[in-house]
Amino acid sequence: MIYREAGQYWLQAVLIPFLIYSMAAIGLNLLTGYAGQLSLGTGGFMAVGGYAAFKLTTAFPWLNIVVVFALAGVIAALVGLVFGVPSLRIKGFYLAVATLAAQFFLIWLFNKVAWFTNYASSGTITAPPRTVAGVMVTGPLATAGARYVAALGLVMLGALVAKNLVRGRIGRSWMAIRDRDIAAEIIGVRPLRTKLLAFGISSFYCGVAGAEYVFLYLGSAETLAFDIGLSFLVLFMVIIGGLGSILGSFLGAAFIVLVPIFLTNVPHMLHLPLPVALQKQIELMVFGGLIIFFLIVEPHGLARLWQIAKEKLRLWPFPH
Amino acid sequence: MTLRACSIALLAVLVAAGPALAPAPVVAQGKDVFIPLLVYRTGPFAPSGIPIANGFVDYFTLLNERDGGVNGVKITWEECETQYDTKQGVECYERLKGRGAALVNPYSTGITYQLIPKAPVDKVPVFSMGYGMSASSDGRWFPWVFNFPTNYWSQASAVIRYIGTQEGGLEKLKGKKIVHVFHNSPYGKEANPTLEELSRKYQFELTLLPVDTPGQEQKSTWLQVRKLNPDWIFMSGWGVMNQVAVKEAAAIGFKMDHFIGNWWSSSDADVVPAGDGAKGYKGATFHAPGTNFKVHSEIVKHVYDKGKGAGKKEEMGSPLYNRGVVNAMFSAEAIRTAMKGAKGQAPTPEQMRWGFENLNLTEKRLEEIGMKGFTHPIKVTCEDHEGSGPVLIEQWDGKKWNIVSDWIQPMKDVVRPKIETAAVDEAKKLGYSQRDCGKEK
Repeated sequence: MIYREAGQYWLQAVLIPFLIYSMAAIGLNLLTGYAGQLSLGTGGFMAVGGYAAFKLTTAFPWLNIVVVFALAGVIAALVGLVFGVPSLRIKGFYLAVATLAAQFFLIWLFNKVAWFTNYASSGTITAPPRTVAGVMVTGPLATAGARYVAALGLVMLGALVAKNLVRGRIGRSWMAIRDRDIAAEIIGVRPLRTKLLAFGISSFYCGVAGAEYVFLYLGSAETLAFDIGLSFLVLFMVIIGGLGSILGSFLGAAFIVLVPIFLTNVPHMLHLPLPVALQKQIELMVFGGLIIFFLIVEPHGLARLWQIAKEKLRLWPFPH
Repeated sequence: MTLRACSIALLAVLVAAGPALAPAPVVAQGKDVFIPLLVYRTGPFAPSGIPIANGFVDYFTLLNERDGGVNGVKITWEECETQYDTKQGVECYERLKGRGAALVNPYSTGITYQLIPKAPVDKVPVFSMGYGMSASSDGRWFPWVFNFPTNYWSQASAVIRYIGTQEGGLEKLKGKKIVHVFHNSPYGKEANPTLEELSRKYQFELTLLPVDTPGQEQKSTWLQVRKLNPDWIFMSGWGVMNQVAVKEAAAIGFKMDHFIGNWWSSSDADVVPAGDGAKGYKGATFHAPGTNFKVHSEIVKHVYDKGKGAGKKEEMGSPLYNRGVVNAMFSAEAIRTAMKGAKGQAPTPEQMRWGFENLNLTEKRLEEIGMKGFTHPIKVTCEDHEGSGPVLIEQWDGKKWNIVSDWIQPMKDVVRPKIETAAVDEAKKLGYSQRDCGKEK
């Protein structure tokens, strides 16, 4: 009984959000890390995914929820394409500001138009119960285990596809654009198509992550769950994990999700009777300090650190 | 060792130590009653969160110190910091529920919405006192959720009734202009459907003005108010939004005694920044402010004089501190009711739920616990988890809050049918079925 309770806590509060954030971080990493287009609209695109999945599954209850997630991703991709158009003309910080507009516009839209929430008076969307192959994966009765497996399956598939994408022609053209767009254009990479593709595919991942965020993790959500803070959180994951690395997306998500929980639990383990407010403030300070520490030590992120550790360990204990 | 090697080692330790930190639930069933306290003592809403949390803890400490708990069973609790953030709140709940939580007070509408679906599965009653989902007042659909003594819809109807009496009768509301300034979130929107219905019924002109969170910038909203020149303003605000709104209203010279906040928009922190401009501002409440009650002197005697107080003695008696006390008292009385069958033992989750549902807090009982006149008697039933408790109006005189009205009854005839319709909608979303209250004793 004790073990089961603890296991459920781990699944619900730690592992499920970790997998979902990883999915979003992969999406943003494709756009920012591989194609070099800085985006602050992640929260907005995730909201599109979440609300699209809600509308689809309430309108067509017979539709398999995995298909709903995929369609929600497609809708998010289309929205991403629209907001990706300015990327042809503007770069860097200016593009970041343009995507910030997407973030604010989308959140405002979902808050303003009651149709998106099926006219719920509170403006909250709730994940209805849905099954996959006879197992309940969403809704209040879905076990944490089932939701975990669903999130795991989706993120594994997503990571596999992303890894292959970046190894192939598309990924190489993204990196060419990122490293020197004029040179890339000269060797025959079409900037508009490549950049828009990056926006579309990135938003697809974010959209699926947003749908999972509502359906597998939160259970019900309001627009506040997708505010600008979420965009920054995912961006930090990508930067800390390592720009231009699929593994880095996972490492960054793990860092951002796990370290605060670790820090919250430390005083309990040591049986320190600290007041909660002090505890929280210490947690925030230590967390901030750790982020700065890791970025100073390895600006290329945790993925790079992992790579170095592997190399070092191969030579250890007899370095050249 | 280089810095880089250090960081690799540090990371390895963090990763390795993570699983070891899985909270080890101590199942205290039978010995103590454990209550997880979701508090927000840090972050932008801390000025509101601290007095509530202190009131809570002080009342429980009083029970433990003076009576040795409830019927001799000690109350234990653990605070968990949520920063009023839904995700952190859910993480807190998941961490603490394994310890045999008797009930949970989410203290945020966002967190309440998250916990409502979990309640019947985890068997932890959700007690959202005067907040959360108004539709959950229908106990036939939501057996595990309680929001007495009254909800947002009842509150809105009571405020309209108050405005009516001030105007000289509800029929005089015809043609009057009433503005609802609300926090643009599920919480703020709660009152809107009721206000809309009342505006049709009494034919007053209702204007809904949303303020986006957090609400530091409200110039455009108050420009609209100035243009409309309403007769009354009702506000559902929270945190920094309240003080800004009160200041803006004072700045445009609005009659402050025609400006009424709901019970999350009428505490000291909301009016003090506006200085003299806030004088006359009114607020709704379901308990009295101040420290002139027996329970407060008991808290001073048994808690503060022993150095066990959660806050400062001078900070007692603010509306939000008293709300924490009332909330803790309701929880304790529900525990006491739940113990009816098994004295000297912590109630099981089913007994706990029964305790909430059969809570009957009489005038006599209120007097016994030193709260006569502090709050209104309440009776919860299987159908009605809200109790339709009446509402008081308090007014800020520049120094403190004073009660300026009698107990105002909500318009149950308008609100209850709405609750029943909304409960069906909300319950359908969750796939619930209705239970038959006639079959339950």
